[in-house]
Amino acid sequence: MMTALTFHGGIHPYYGKELTQGAPTEEMKAPQRVVIPLVQHIGAPCEPLVKIGDQVFKGQRLGEAKSPVSAPVHASISGKVTGLGSFPHPSGKEFPAVVIESDGRDVWAEEALADRPDGLSLDPAALREIVRGAGIVGMGGATFPTHVKLQVPAETKIHTLVINGVECEPYLTADHRVMLEQTPELIEGIKILRRIVQAERVVIGIEDNKPDAVARVRAALKGEPDLPAEVKVLKTKYPQGGEKQLIKAALGLEVPSGGLPFQIGIVVQNVGTAVAVYEAVRFGKPLIDRIVTVTGFGIRHPKNLRVRIGTRVRDVLDACEGFHGEPGKVIFGGPMMGMAQHSLDVPIIKGTGGVLVFPRERVAAEPFRPCIRCALCIEACPQGLLPNMLSVAAEGLHFEEAKHYHPFDCIECGCCDYVCPSRRPIVHHIKHVKAELTAKKAQAVKKAS
Amino acid sequence: MAEEQPATPPPAKAEKAPEKAKAPPEPKLFVSAWPHVRSEESVPRIMWTVVATLLPATLVSVYFFGWDALYVLLLTTGAALGTEAAIQRLLKQPLTIEDGSATVTGLLLALTLPPGSPWWLGIVGGVIAIALGKQVFGGLGYNPFNPALVGRVFLLIAFPLEMTTWQLPHPPMLGVEAVSGATPLGMLQVGRLTGKGIGEAAEVNLWDAFIGHIGGSLGETSALALLLGGAYLLYRHYITWHIPVSMAATVALLSLPFWLWDPTRYASPQFHVFTGGLLIGALFMATDMVTCPTTPKGQLLFGFGCGLFTLLIRMWGGYPEGVSFAILLMNAATPIIDRYIQPARYGARGSGASPA
Repeated sequence: MMTALTFHGGIHPYYGKELTQGAPTEEMKAPQRVVIPLVQHIGAPCEPLVKIGDQVFKGQRLGEAKSPVSAPVHASISGKVTGLGSFPHPSGKEFPAVVIESDGRDVWAEEALADRPDGLSLDPAALREIVRGAGIVGMGGATFPTHVKLQVPAETKIHTLVINGVECEPYLTADHRVMLEQTPELIEGIKILRRIVQAERVVIGIEDNKPDAVARVRAALKGEPDLPAEVKVLKTKYPQGGEKQLIKAALGLEVPSGGLPFQIGIVVQNVGTAVAVYEAVRFGKPLIDRIVTVTGFGIRHPKNLRVRIGTRVRDVLDACEGFHGEPGKVIFGGPMMGMAQHSLDVPIIKGTGGVLVFPRERVAAEPFRPCIRCALCIEACPQGLLPNMLSVAAEGLHFEEAKHYHPFDCIECGCCDYVCPSRRPIVHHIKHVKAELTAKKAQAVKKAS
Repeated sequence: MAEEQPATPPPAKAEKAPEKAKAPPEPKLFVSAWPHVRSEESVPRIMWTVVATLLPATLVSVYFFGWDALYVLLLTTGAALGTEAAIQRLLKQPLTIEDGSATVTGLLLALTLPPGSPWWLGIVGGVIAIALGKQVFGGLGYNPFNPALVGRVFLLIAFPLEMTTWQLPHPPMLGVEAVSGATPLGMLQVGRLTGKGIGEAAEVNLWDAFIGHIGGSLGETSALALLLGGAYLLYRHYITWHIPVSMAATVALLSLPFWLWDPTRYASPQFHVFTGGLLIGALFMATDMVTCPTTPKGQLLFGFGCGLFTLLIRMWGGYPEGVSFAILLMNAATPIIDRYIQPARYGARGSGASPA
């Protein structure tokens, strides 16, 4: 290769990774109370399996859905169920959740314990069922149920399993720490994932701002002569970790518009997900904790923390010695695609890779100006769209007109907003277009039937 | 829990951990859609940078024409700003003259006017440019045509005499008196209409044209000053090379065969590129973000059209200069260019969503 592996478009925001990338992951003490939403994934919400007053144990299943596209949720501490109802959710809405008050013992549930040193010898369907039962979802933030993503139609041959260690979202270093601290687990997880999808080979994509992770993973692969895997070093550019951009940069292939990677023989999994899969297969451990990068200039002591799912962000912030100055924004995820939170009672969920706090003085509500058609968004768009036209069409509520500009190809990465000199909320506009067109389509289908 | 008890710890401890001293009031958190970070780029920064890049040409015009240039610059820009403010006040809209866009329009228009023109000419142009060129469509971003050119073409049609009475450069610092004279393109047209071939235009020294020592509008005369400003805009990425290069190259390449065929009847490519409003048009007007296409391919097509119409008007039209008309014509084509020339979309080739 003559040029560094990358994709077309994208931006170079301030990365802020220096705040936490050198900080080893610390274990956060199990909180006194957890709030475990029954929706932590894309798909059907879970039905609760417990009621108020029940004693539950760590790893015990709390909710389950019949729908194939869903993931069960588990207790992350042992204690008593003290609440069952609507609670603030990171999405900004309220969703049903199970509240557990700790008994201080942190005892594992029998059902969650297993010892499978030979997990790799299980057949793919059995492994997939373990993944499903452990409630594993895409930990890069998309939270799509992993077992669904691993279910490839029988006639489709997967040539490459792509492992996403890019972590292009500024400030976040959780995946980086996983690659450094859990390299053996990562490799084992990759082997299991490869077995499930029967992939010929594995490509691990890592951005060139994490040379230590590249070296560590490469060294680990040296000891695995039977694993046809290689690390591809990718140029640091946002959104390099977007599934489509990763496939383009690492393999030179494009996922068809409106399609999914498996259609071109590829399955993509995040490094954190791979480790979670290993832990589920090897020890039966359900997804009840994850690494969260607690960072930003509004936090006193930025850290990488292993946090129990359901821990309220208030407790997580306390574990980092609280706010530094007056907080302006508390964001779940990174600055590009994270969700701003309105309440400190919101719990950490499976997809929460970061808690980012911006100080008050860095947050400004600024009115946006008209589009001056400068075309910076067009250059930045990694999907090759005309974000300006979509934004203007949405502003004028011309949703039919917007169809000409392929709104459903938008991955909502926010590059257009980032570069816009008029500070237009372009992604917000495009989401509006998508929602309107989807609603219209649903209505048309309803009418026809 | 300790946080919930209204304790009154000693002041030293309170200083160390004020949040923990007592239950703090819930912080007011801002909520907005992602992304939560933005670049430093802004509309005022872009517009004022364009103003700054026009300063070399502006200073050259003041050097060569003195007061005759200065009052045109001030009155035209003032009229543009005043009109913008007046209309926004009338419509009870927020005042946006701070964004620099009306200054760009006024200054650009002034630079296309003849030095020593009647004092009211620039004012009328400035009012028309902002009122009919911009605000009538809804203000910045919504105008289909370059407002400065709308003002200029209005003046050209309404006041042809005032718009084509030229002075030769007369640096007041050197004590030179103002004399009227023809522009190189004017000479060319006279030659063509009187059947004398390129006539006096043959005498034009292209070095003079390059530094600006020729007759013409305030800002179009000095190719050097315009290129300086344009180069900075390119460096800052506020314009791309596509439109200026394709427009100038089209003019040069299309005029070349005629010149080779009969240099006594047709002017040379370099004459066409360095005289008249071609450079100010190609660098500062055709590249107006609001009114030009947004994709590189669309911009190449747009620049080609601007060059083609410019040369057609110069060689066979009723006006000696065609840059303004050419750009306005292509402005009209911008929406359709943008509709049909879209960038290469990710995954578009295989959009049947079928297994590869």
